[in-house]
Amino acid sequence: MGKPFSHSFIVEGRNFVQAGTASTKIKTMLKELGIDGGVVRRVAIATYEAEMNIVMYANSGTVVLEVTPEVVRLNVNDRGPGISDIDLAMQEGYSTATPEMREMGFGAGMGLPNIKKNADDLRIKSTVGEGTNLEITFRIN
Amino acid sequence: MNLSEIVKNLDLVVCCGEEKLQQQVTGGYVSDLLSDVIANSAAGNVWATMQVHVNIVAVAVLKELAAIILVQGRSPAEDTLRKAREENVTILSSKLPAYETAGRLYELGIGSRK
Repeated sequence: MGKPFSHSFIVEGRNFVQAGTASTKIKTMLKELGIDGGVVRRVAIATYEAEMNIVMYANSGTVVLEVTPEVVRLNVNDRGPGISDIDLAMQEGYSTATPEMREMGFGAGMGLPNIKKNADDLRIKSTVGEGTNLEITFRIN
Repeated sequence: MNLSEIVKNLDLVVCCGEEKLQQQVTGGYVSDLLSDVIANSAAGNVWATMQVHVNIVAVAVLKELAAIILVQGRSPAEDTLRKAREENVTILSSKLPAYETAGRLYELGIGSRK
């Protein structure tokens, strides 16, 4: 692969019917680019969790996929409530999901921990009342 | 073992994906938490769940699952069925509860998720 590859996806908050579309497209793109299957699987898990966080909590967001010969990087930006305590949000089992979301099988408190487990690097920046930014990096080799 | 043998042995209803019943099954996973399935199921697994809403389809697509098995005789929601047909996801329905569905799969040799 020569030039870095980049693609941007818009994710609508509260649109559960469209939820998962960006993750599925990203997985297909990475496969088409010939990225290693193990890396594709890790990216798919992290992308799904990041996308669902936008759907569940934010008003809107974007997922930018960037692929270089060395890394796959996801930059996930949302306009939403933000995260007041990032350490707490990183704890497995902690969730602020509503009872309705939990009934649908969301809100297991596994989202951010799943992203961290599957990524080589995760940086979270969040401002309460404004939104959250995740930079998630996966090494290809 | 392929899906059609599982359908026959467990007397499952095929809600959609009749054309994909020759697909081989690598193992099984049971959970109603979508993040758990995303994190811990493997490609080619059958996934037994109570959840019938549309978001189960994206999970099956992303994880390349062989089929979703709805338990307790549940049927997929209308938009779930529509999306599953669009995305070529097989949805089956079992009259049995999740525990017994998994037990029957185990008896057939569908023992581990890998």
